[in-house]
Amino acid sequence: MDAFAVITITVLAVFLGFEVVSKVSSTLHTPLMSEANAIHGIILLGAIMVAEQATEPLPLLLSVLAVLLATINIVGGFVVTDRMLVMFAAKPGRPARKESAK
Amino acid sequence: MKILNESVVLAGYLIAAVLFILALKGLSSPRKARGANRLGATGAAVAIGVYVLGHDIGNGIWIALAVLVGAAVAVPAARRVQMTQMPQLVAAFNGVGGGAAALVAVVEFTHGPDAWAAVVIAFTVFIGGLSLTGSFITFGKLQGIITSRAVVFPGLGLLLGALTLAAVATAVAMVTTGDLLFAAVLLGFGLVIGVFFVLPIGGADVPIVISLLNAFTGLAVAGSGVVLSNVLLLIAGTLVGASGTILTTSMATAMGRSVTGIVFGAFRATRRSGSDAGAESRPVRTVTPEDVAILLEYSSRIVIVPGYGLAVAQAHHAAAELAEILTARGADVVFGIHPVAGRMPGHMNVLLAEANVPYESLVEMDVVNGQFKSTDLVLVIGANDVVNPAAKSSPGSPIYGMPILNVSEAKQVVFLKRSLNPGFAGIENELFYDPKVSIALGDAKATLTQLLTAVKAAV
Repeated sequence: MDAFAVITITVLAVFLGFEVVSKVSSTLHTPLMSEANAIHGIILLGAIMVAEQATEPLPLLLSVLAVLLATINIVGGFVVTDRMLVMFAAKPGRPARKESAK
Repeated sequence: MKILNESVVLAGYLIAAVLFILALKGLSSPRKARGANRLGATGAAVAIGVYVLGHDIGNGIWIALAVLVGAAVAVPAARRVQMTQMPQLVAAFNGVGGGAAALVAVVEFTHGPDAWAAVVIAFTVFIGGLSLTGSFITFGKLQGIITSRAVVFPGLGLLLGALTLAAVATAVAMVTTGDLLFAAVLLGFGLVIGVFFVLPIGGADVPIVISLLNAFTGLAVAGSGVVLSNVLLLIAGTLVGASGTILTTSMATAMGRSVTGIVFGAFRATRRSGSDAGAESRPVRTVTPEDVAILLEYSSRIVIVPGYGLAVAQAHHAAAELAEILTARGADVVFGIHPVAGRMPGHMNVLLAEANVPYESLVEMDVVNGQFKSTDLVLVIGANDVVNPAAKSSPGSPIYGMPILNVSEAKQVVFLKRSLNPGFAGIENELFYDPKVSIALGDAKATLTQLLTAVKAAV
């Protein structure tokens, strides 16, 4: 990628990142952080890219270690976020006590 | 397997990037959030899938083995973790992600990059390493392995400054010589600086650091994307970097702190002033759970203020049951939720949702603060800092400026507390000595269980 394309994509992604999360209520801050944590686990793709091209022992060792760490990040990240969000999902069979809330 | 051609792979990356954006966006609604998380996971699967199907993958066995081991470590950890300990698990996941980004950059450096790529590699190696050790120190603090107080020693600021200068010099040497040794040294500086970056951050600020380091890892991933010429890594990393920064700022605002105040506060901080002069010996009014049950019987408007102590004692289910019984008897019961109740913003909402408390009964601070004047009884369970008036009255206090729940405006306040010790932030609470405040001492779960029995008996 040439530098100009990188800068263009970066600037647009920064604006998008600001825009997407700026209106989230504090109720959901913890799951949101956990979701963002899972998303940067996509470094797994980068780790696989360097690992599959490694020919010498040291780069292979380092990149396979990177694959291991990245897998922990991405798999753990999505699973723990799901566990949190299950609890926010609507619970059928349990009527919400609207009258008790303001 | 080279089944897909390059443009299909690139289209797959685009789909993944869109799914990541939809995942972050979908988390603004509690009901849709779970589906949003699945979209994110699908995006990741699509991206990995198109890459594997679009290339002749070398070292396939090693990669598959690493993925299997990684998943075997991550899934049980994520499934079994207590919801109270979830913040530190997220910190750990964030740390390994940063480590992975740093390693990817180091390996790419061995391929002899041009100067522009080498600069980005240096950045990625440093930030990734910092995020790795910083996250593990955060983990240690939240898990109680390391003291949660700010660790400061004379010359720490100077040491950090010197380390940073040395890191910059190493980065310059690395870019100009292309020597792998300098990359290793730079990674070492990143790791060491990560430790000293988080050690001086203490108390209630620790969870916010997770969010900040999350943004750092995002930047490291974006750097890897530039180095590998991969658009998806660049977009995803930048998205996380930007949204993590905003999230860190809004968490800090919810606590009445600034991000720079959190990160550099301890360097400037002098002695913690507070009202610790002989405070321990003053009398407090203690009550038994049976007394509290009687108070509850005579109260028609009740606000329960839950804190981290409630969750640690695993008493959130008992609190939910109490609210349910009292509501069934005609009382108006709500939970007043401070934005940083629990260990990080929104944590308490997760815990109470786990205990089946209806979302509608969780009232945010701004709303509930307007209701305390007409409230008969406030039950503060395992919370301290979020109701501590020192945040308003004592400028020297570490929590000064944090918005609090004004429970003292209610007619009566009862604390259920394990002890009179100060909370996570380590500050004495003047409220305990207020005449309309009484305290039921003991483990939150034991006290709540006795309270439940007493309430049930008093039909």
